[in-house]
Amino acid sequence: MGDKKKKIIKTINIDVNQCNGCRACEVICSCFHAAPKYSSNNPARSRIRVVRDPLRDVYVPVYAGEYAVAECAGRDKYTIDGKEYDECSFCRASCPSRDEFKEPDSGLPLKCDMCEGEEEPLCVKWCLVDALTYKEREEEIEEDDEKEDREELEIGLESLASKYGLEKLMDSVARLSKKD
Amino acid sequence: MRYAETGFNLEIDLSRGNIEKVATDPRETGLYLGGLGTNAKILWDRVPPEVEPFSPDNLLIFGAGLLCGTPATGCNRTIVSTISPQTRLMAFSMMGGFWAPELKYAGFDKVILRGKSPDLVYLWINNDNVEIRDASHLKGKGSIETAEILKKELNQPKAQVAAIGMAGENRVYYASIEQGRSSASRGGIGAVMGDKGVKAIVVRGTKDINVARPEEYMGLCNEVLEYIKFREENPIPGVMAILSGLGSPQEMKVHDEKWHTENFMWGNSRTRRKGFWTEDVKKQWKKTMENARTRLISCFNCPMKCGATISMPGFPTYMMKCFTKLTYTMGAFSDLDFGLKIAQRATEYGVDGFSAPQVMAFALELLENGILTKKDFPGMPEDNEGRFYYLLDKIVRREGIGDVLANGTYWAAKEIGNGAENYAHNNIKKHEQLPLKLSMLNPIYFLMYSTGEKMNITQIEGQFPQAPFPTREQREEFVKDWIQVPDEKFKQYFLDWELRGENSIPYYPTVEMTCEIVDWQERMHYIDDALGQCAGLSSFPLKPPYHIHNYPKFISSGAGIDMDEEKLTKAAKRYRTLVRAINIRRGMRRKDEKPPENHWKKRFPELENDLLDGYYKLKGWNNDGIPTKEALHELDLDYVSEDFLKRGILTDGKDMPSKDASSKKALAGKETN
Ligand code: SF4
Ligand code: SF4
Ligand code: SF4
Repeated sequence: MGDKKKKIIKTINIDVNQCNGCRACEVICSCFHAAPKYSSNNPARSRIRVVRDPLRDVYVPVYAGEYAVAECAGRDKYTIDGKEYDECSFCRASCPSRDEFKEPDSGLPLKCDMCEGEEEPLCVKWCLVDALTYKEREEEIEEDDEKEDREELEIGLESLASKYGLEKLMDSVARLSKKD
Repeated sequence: MRYAETGFNLEIDLSRGNIEKVATDPRETGLYLGGLGTNAKILWDRVPPEVEPFSPDNLLIFGAGLLCGTPATGCNRTIVSTISPQTRLMAFSMMGGFWAPELKYAGFDKVILRGKSPDLVYLWINNDNVEIRDASHLKGKGSIETAEILKKELNQPKAQVAAIGMAGENRVYYASIEQGRSSASRGGIGAVMGDKGVKAIVVRGTKDINVARPEEYMGLCNEVLEYIKFREENPIPGVMAILSGLGSPQEMKVHDEKWHTENFMWGNSRTRRKGFWTEDVKKQWKKTMENARTRLISCFNCPMKCGATISMPGFPTYMMKCFTKLTYTMGAFSDLDFGLKIAQRATEYGVDGFSAPQVMAFALELLENGILTKKDFPGMPEDNEGRFYYLLDKIVRREGIGDVLANGTYWAAKEIGNGAENYAHNNIKKHEQLPLKLSMLNPIYFLMYSTGEKMNITQIEGQFPQAPFPTREQREEFVKDWIQVPDEKFKQYFLDWELRGENSIPYYPTVEMTCEIVDWQERMHYIDDALGQCAGLSSFPLKPPYHIHNYPKFISSGAGIDMDEEKLTKAAKRYRTLVRAINIRRGMRRKDEKPPENHWKKRFPELENDLLDGYYKLKGWNNDGIPTKEALHELDLDYVSEDFLKRGILTDGKDMPSKDASSKKALAGKETN
């Protein structure tokens, strides 16, 4: 085991039952990320989106996560407490299958950066009804990141090998390494 | 670059199917701000008094407020203006919700409809792509239903839809325009939309709205949020729950309806039911509401949650706000269960929740009193609830007696005759009012009711407490942090206002004080309506976060228009006067400016005359309520006085003498009756 290192874990808790659908979170997020800061407002540029369908009582604030090159092979559709949610309602990806989390003009992907430089995420600050709340906690993690990475890589490779066969995988790796 | 506004209006000629994107003149924004202000300017310029409400030349204007689409909390109003078929005066109804910001993000400040489409159509505004589309498949569909169908059809779950129901299609004089959580209901603007053949306007926008001085503007927005938090934690003591906090009256949240049910009138604004609110009723209503209400919901960018999603067994889900909760219940002498059910249907049909139940109660009163007979209501059920459903259906379809009732109590009474006029007793300027009958004349309310051109008292009153606080200590406590007053003297007026004795109504506040108080109240509403700010965070509640001291800063740093308190006061006065000018040109005069005769039992004709005289004078209007040439000149409205002179409304050199020397006598005569 390597040395322990401290890391701050930032968590935004989302309580969909408190959400009233006002989209103030979208407003402030888009303002904050305007250049210059606060110079313009456009919820379509926000890194949080409120999936909102009042007649079916659907209110889901979703944060922009990673960019996905390709859409999922299948789709997921949740039913919770008898409420059916649209396809991909809870997904955070900026993905080719939908307009969410993309700049409206350029189509470039958006990602929540937890409002870098601010004391607390601004969407949380502007959500006065506590649908969004923020917590920071310190966690101790292993220093030996490299080892972890290696382990992860091996797991990944193993799964690929089992899917495509080891030989095919090695061919691909060889091809990829020639490309550079 | 234009700030806060987009600088473009969308002009749509429905007769020709023509669509134009028109750049607006920034000087107009400086003079009239936006929303109601610029709407009024357009109506003055383009709709002369000869134009009938249902003429193709009437305009229907959807104006987003100047600051809508910026991050200012609660700034989301669409101000819909036209000439009302019911009052035949200028109507301007505001709707909250999400439509106005979406329009701004699509790149427009207003949608201006003219002409008439031969077939039912809807408009689809998707940023710069604007289309007039066939809506024949939506004929007869409910307003909410229509919105759902269109969003699905266009595959645009984020689009915002303003739609009419059957009432609008059939030109019911109190038809509303519905927008899911909100509606523009007063004055029959839905009927004008129906007359133009437009079923819905769908909007989706993904463009930026800029502000002039970002850091400063955001600072102001954050201050407002902080103040809202402070007010939420510090409700005002000594006033009833719905007046102690911010927002539109929290009718969806608050269960206690003792005050409304026992002080407001039931039926055709007739019967006061003291002792109605028993333990049993309380329990029953609470249960009904809690079972019905799925969630409290807000408008765009606002934490106040004044609305609710309502699901009644056997009825589709809908959204409700404010006082519609009680109007049907009380009109029909029924209970909350009935009220919430019929309101669902009324929302889909798209009718005004104030007028519709009063019209129905009026019809039943005429039946009871033999002015209408059973033959007028073929097949009508015996029970009150059944009768209300029956009447609602007849009205929105304009079938049989419904065709007459669809024009509201004033016009229906005229048509029915035979003494029916006495039953249309709760109108001002032909428009149904809140069902409230009181004892002692209140001078402040007298002036607001008489001269308000917004037609609904909740959109005229506010800021100043509705009644004096019982003790001096309470009053002192109240004025301590009353930062919203435009002048310190208002604190004194309030401090000295007593429940009884010399300093009580009707002679205190004095005429002069009353005029100043009403002027302040009105000014704040007019500013809200130009900026697109919800009255619930500004002109309506006590101690709101927006007021005359921070508004100029919002306008300067937001819209980049150099503004201070004096300039803003003058701008508001300018377009307020323009609204009056439009109505004066359409024939409104002093004789029309009066509350329902039975609103107060104890009336004071001399005092009332003095109040009107004083207020007219303060406003720069002559004795007949007509803005004078000098006042118009001061407000840069010389074009109005020129028109008035041409039409003989004003005569050159001197103000027209009041034609109504007789009005004093008439009123005095009435009191002795
Ligand atoms: S600000 Fe809060 S309440 Fe409003 S939509 Fe966002 S999460 Fe919901
Ligand atoms: S944390 Fe900041 S960046 Fe992330 S969604 Fe909220 S406002 Fe946007
Ligand atoms: S105060 Fe209420 S009505 Fe006004 S904008 Fe907010 S939620 Fe809407």
